[in-house]
Amino acid sequence: MTSRCVALGLALAALAAIPYEVPGSYYINVASQILLYAVFALGLSVLVGYAGLVSLGHAGLFGVSCYAIAYLLAAGYGHAFAITAGLTITLVATGLFAALSLRSTGIGFIMITLALGEILWGLAYRWISITNGDNGISVASRPSPFGLTLVSATGFYYATLLIFLLAVVAVLTFVRSPLGAALAGTRDQARRMNALGYHVWMIRFWACLFSGLLTAIAGMLFVYYNQFISPQTLALTSSAEVLLMVISGGASTLLGPIVGAALVVIIKNVVSGYIERWNFMLGAIFVAIVILMPEGLVPGSVRLWRMGSRALGKRQKSPVAAASAGGKR
Amino acid sequence: MSALSVNRLHKSFGGLRVASDINLAVEPGERRLIIGPNGAGKTTLFNLIMGELTPDSGSIHLFDRDITGVPSRRRAHLGMTRTYQIITLFPRDSIQRNVTLALLGLSSLRWNPLKALHRQNHLIEDAHAALARVGLDHIASRPLSETSYGERRRVEIAMALAQNPRVLLLDEPFAGLSIDERRDVHDLLLAIPRDVTIVMIEHNMDVALDFADRITVLHYGKVIVEGSRAEVVADPRTREIYLGD
Repeated sequence: MTSRCVALGLALAALAAIPYEVPGSYYINVASQILLYAVFALGLSVLVGYAGLVSLGHAGLFGVSCYAIAYLLAAGYGHAFAITAGLTITLVATGLFAALSLRSTGIGFIMITLALGEILWGLAYRWISITNGDNGISVASRPSPFGLTLVSATGFYYATLLIFLLAVVAVLTFVRSPLGAALAGTRDQARRMNALGYHVWMIRFWACLFSGLLTAIAGMLFVYYNQFISPQTLALTSSAEVLLMVISGGASTLLGPIVGAALVVIIKNVVSGYIERWNFMLGAIFVAIVILMPEGLVPGSVRLWRMGSRALGKRQKSPVAAASAGGKR
Repeated sequence: MSALSVNRLHKSFGGLRVASDINLAVEPGERRLIIGPNGAGKTTLFNLIMGELTPDSGSIHLFDRDITGVPSRRRAHLGMTRTYQIITLFPRDSIQRNVTLALLGLSSLRWNPLKALHRQNHLIEDAHAALARVGLDHIASRPLSETSYGERRRVEIAMALAQNPRVLLLDEPFAGLSIDERRDVHDLLLAIPRDVTIVMIEHNMDVALDFADRITVLHYGKVIVEGSRAEVVADPRTREIYLGD
C-alpha cells in the first residue's frame, strides 16, 4: 500500500513537472494531447473494458461535443454557456445512440455504433449551414477560468492535467462502485444478472452515458486545444484510433487506456518527425502487442513481470527472493 | 393458497411443443421434484416460470399474485430465485464477490455509482453468512477460477440462498457431482428451512427421491404423472418412460 502511494506521488510529481522537463512548448503540447486523448480513451474503456460493448462510433460523439461548443462560441455565446450546452447536447446524443445501439450486443452493437458514427460524420460534412462543411469552424479564444490564462502551452497543460486527474478519479470511483460491479457482471453473465434482479439494459444505458460524458469532456479539451474543428475528427479512423488506444493499453484496467493514448499520440507526433511511414510503425507495434500481449500492454507487462520474478526466484532458490516476490503479489 | 401455481401453460418453438397444457400447484413449504428424461421440457418449464421465456398462453402465479407479465428481473425481487444446470457464475471474481453480487441484486445500492462496494460491510457479512451455510466460508476470498466443480455448485446454491427466496428453483443441483459431493449438497438442501418452497428438477430419479414431498413426471412437454413419492414410483407410466417397458 505504501509503495503504491509513493508510486502515485512520483507519477503526480512527474506529470506536474512536465512543462519544466521537456524542451519547448511543442512537447508540452504533445503532453496535453496525450492527456486529452487519455480522457477520451478512459471514456471508451468504460464500455469496452467493463461493459464488454465495443463502440466504433465514439469519434462521432466526440465530434458532437467539439462542434456544439465551436458553433455556440462562433454564434457569440460565452465559454461557460458553450461548454455547459455542448456537454448537455453530447449527453443527449449519447442517450439516443445508446437507445438505438443497446438493442444489440457484440457484433450488432459494433455495427450500429459504426453506422451512427458515420451518420454524424456525414452531417458534419454536408450540413454546411451549421458546420461550415469541409472548412470547419475556428474557435477564436480559449477560456480563462478564475482569471487564469490558458493561452500558453503551459497554462493549457495544467488545465488539461486537472481535468484528466478528475476523470481518473471518476472512473476509479465508478468501477469500484456497486453500479460498476453490476456493469462488469452484465459483461460476464448478462442472463444471470437479470435473474439476480438487475436491470441489465438500464445498467448498460448508464454506462453509455458515463462514457459519453467523458467523451464530451475530451471533445471540449480537443476543440480548445486546436481552436478548430473539421469533419476529419469524426471519421471512422478517429474512432478506430481511440479504440486501438484502449485495446493496446488494456481495456479493463485504469492505466491501460492512458498508456495506450500516450503510445498512439507519441508515435503520431514525435516518431512521425523521424519516420515518414509512421503509420507502418504504429501498425507493426500493434501487431507485436496483439501477438505478445493480447490482453494489452498494462496487464501484459504485469504478467511478464510476475513470470520474470517467479523464474528468478526459482533459479536462485533463496528464501529472501521468494519472500520478496510473495510480498509484491 | 399455492406458493407457485402454473395454469394451462403452453410454449412452442416453431412446430416443437416444449410445454403443452402444463398445470402445477406447489404448496408453501413443499419440496417438489420434477423429473423426466432428456428433452422432456424441464429446464424450459423453469425458464417459463422464471420469465426468461414468454409463454404462448397460460398463467403463472406466485403466492396468488399473477406474475405472467412481470419481467424476470422483477421476479427475483418478488422472492423467486433459480440456479442453473450449467453453472453460470462470474469466473473473474472471488467466491465472496459472486455471492455479494447476488445480494446486491436485491439491494437499492445496486444503482449507486459513488460508494465503494468493498466497503459495504453489511453486504460482505451477509455474503460470508451465506457461504457459511454451504460450508465455503473458509475459502471465500479464493478466485472462482481456482475452485472445483463441486465447490461451484455450492456457490450457486449460496447465491440463491443469499437472496432469501420464498420459492427456490433448483435445476439439477446434483449434475456432475461425485458421490461425496452429492451427499454434501443433499444435506445442505435438507437444512433449508420449510419457509422456503423448493422446486427441483432432476434427470436421475433415485438421487433426489427421498427429498421430495410430491413428484411431477414430465415427458415431451406434458405432465404425465403427478403424486406422492409412492404413487409416482408405483405408476406404470413412470416405468414406461424410465424403463421403456
